Amino acid sequence: MLAPVNELRTGEDDLLALCLLAAAGFADFAAAVTSTSGLPTGYRECGTLAVALDAGDRARLSQIRSAQQSLGLEVEGLTGRECRVLEPLLDPGVCGGSLIRHDHQVDPRELFSALWTAGQRAGVEHVPQLGEVLVQDGCATGVRLADGTVRRADLVVLATGAAAGQGRVRPVKGQILRLRMPKGEHVLQRTVRGLVRDREVYLVPRENGELVVGATSEDRGFDERVTAGAVYELLRDAQALVPAVTELELVETMARCRPGSPDNLPLIGFGEVEGLLLATGHHRNGVLLAAVTAEAVATLASGGTPSPEIAACSPKRFQKAAEGE
Amino acid sequence: MSDDFSIAGQVFGSRLITGTGGAANHDVLERALRASGTELTTVALRRVDPAARGSLLEVLDRAGVQVLPNTAGCRTAREALLTARLGREALGTDWVKLEVVADEDTLLPDAVELLEAAEQLVGDGFTVLAYTNDDPALALRLERAGCAAVMPLGAPIGTGLGILNPHNIALIVERASVPVVLDAGVGTASDAALAMELGCDAVLLATAVTRAQNPELMATAMRHAVLAGRAAHLAGRIPQRALAQASSSWQGLARFGAA
Repeated sequence: MLAPVNELRTGEDDLLALCLLAAAGFADFAAAVTSTSGLPTGYRECGTLAVALDAGDRARLSQIRSAQQSLGLEVEGLTGRECRVLEPLLDPGVCGGSLIRHDHQVDPRELFSALWTAGQRAGVEHVPQLGEVLVQDGCATGVRLADGTVRRADLVVLATGAAAGQGRVRPVKGQILRLRMPKGEHVLQRTVRGLVRDREVYLVPRENGELVVGATSEDRGFDERVTAGAVYELLRDAQALVPAVTELELVETMARCRPGSPDNLPLIGFGEVEGLLLATGHHRNGVLLAAVTAEAVATLASGGTPSPEIAACSPKRFQKAAEGE
Repeated sequence: MSDDFSIAGQVFGSRLITGTGGAANHDVLERALRASGTELTTVALRRVDPAARGSLLEVLDRAGVQVLPNTAGCRTAREALLTARLGREALGTDWVKLEVVADEDTLLPDAVELLEAAEQLVGDGFTVLAYTNDDPALALRLERAGCAAVMPLGAPIGTGLGILNPHNIALIVERASVPVVLDAGVGTASDAALAMELGCDAVLLATAVTRAQNPELMATAMRHAVLAGRAAHLAGRIPQRALAQASSSWQGLARFGAA
């Protein structure tokens, strides 16, 4: 999901600005990746429909919509029946919705392989190994790989997500499911996000027939076990919104850790260690923010000044907060 | 004026107890906790890993609040016991907010399982704060079972419906000799104030703050509401009456047109 509007939480204005910047440039980014790699990314400009199941959910969705609109975002309120004109397989109990025309989707797996290929063609060497950053006298000098070899570098960019082990970044466990829709019988045309008795669930239909259902958000440290309860709850809520989900093949269950930061804003920039550039803490927006982060890293690496949206992501904001206490 | 209250011998300066669920991010939560002035915050044992770096517990530690582990999500006495014991091992505290709910639709306490779990946990040496229905008979049973506090609901969890049966809450307060904490149902500041006016010793709330449009501001409102309600309770309100009664007497008014 590329969802700057839908992922917005009140008070996260810096994150919204960054995500809007990323969303505005995403179509060009996806096209560039495809033209360099010759591979698809699964980018689809299909919009997102957010729906509510009961009266309490509808009230909350309407409150969220007012907050979105007051920030000048384009969101359209719909009745339950209007939602079902757009997506006829929604449960008749759906009692209201918001249409967000500019929250689109991309397939993270396709995007990743396309980027990998594009990188190789551009002369990037991939060394898929665990490693640690070498620091001498408070300055990063390279990395030591798992097999013991040392690669020296003037600059190290740490972009290893939740495993970065950097300061205030913590693992936030997310469990998702992948289902398969039969050919020619896609149960949904666009991304649907639902509030089901105040619980959030999303369903993302891919062109290839895959339907992604997610996701939990658990502060449980590094834990990548899929639990029965999470699978049950995701399917229960998905089925409450789209009853036909029960007929689909359940292809995959997965748990991974997002890199969460205290304010949900990523850490992009130099921190306490000289020569170590951080690009982590992207939490739920890693795919959306991939290109703007890469551009910012390139700018910062060559000594340039990043845009205000990126400057707000400086890891030094936490140092300042700690000193202010 | 110092107006501390105590649970199981431990003294608290703030009569506002908070929960952590529903916050947009850790920063928002930390600011709200600080604004609320709370000294005790409850955390669902099923949803945190005490050993995890950067976890919720670090946020609470930084904000200087004591952690009250709870058994949210448990449906049987047995699950509640296992969860409470895990919490004691992981967090090193005997305190537990006991929550045993009957079903997912109402999240109402299951009276039978709740009492069973309370008896066993008390026997096991726990300091039990029992989340219960607004039922004066059950509240008394929990107190007699050895609970350190009873926490009747104002309305079902997360509904924000306020206090649906103020008469029962007042009845629970009147007969209790352990602290009574109004738990669940608070939607806005006046609900918290009403709980204190009814004589509750403290108020526990979470989503009313964490899900508010401005959590930090709502936390401030709740802090003031609890203080205001408590002061009103101590001050003694005037009786309600049907007809108006002027606060100043008629005597001494100027007389016009007199001879």
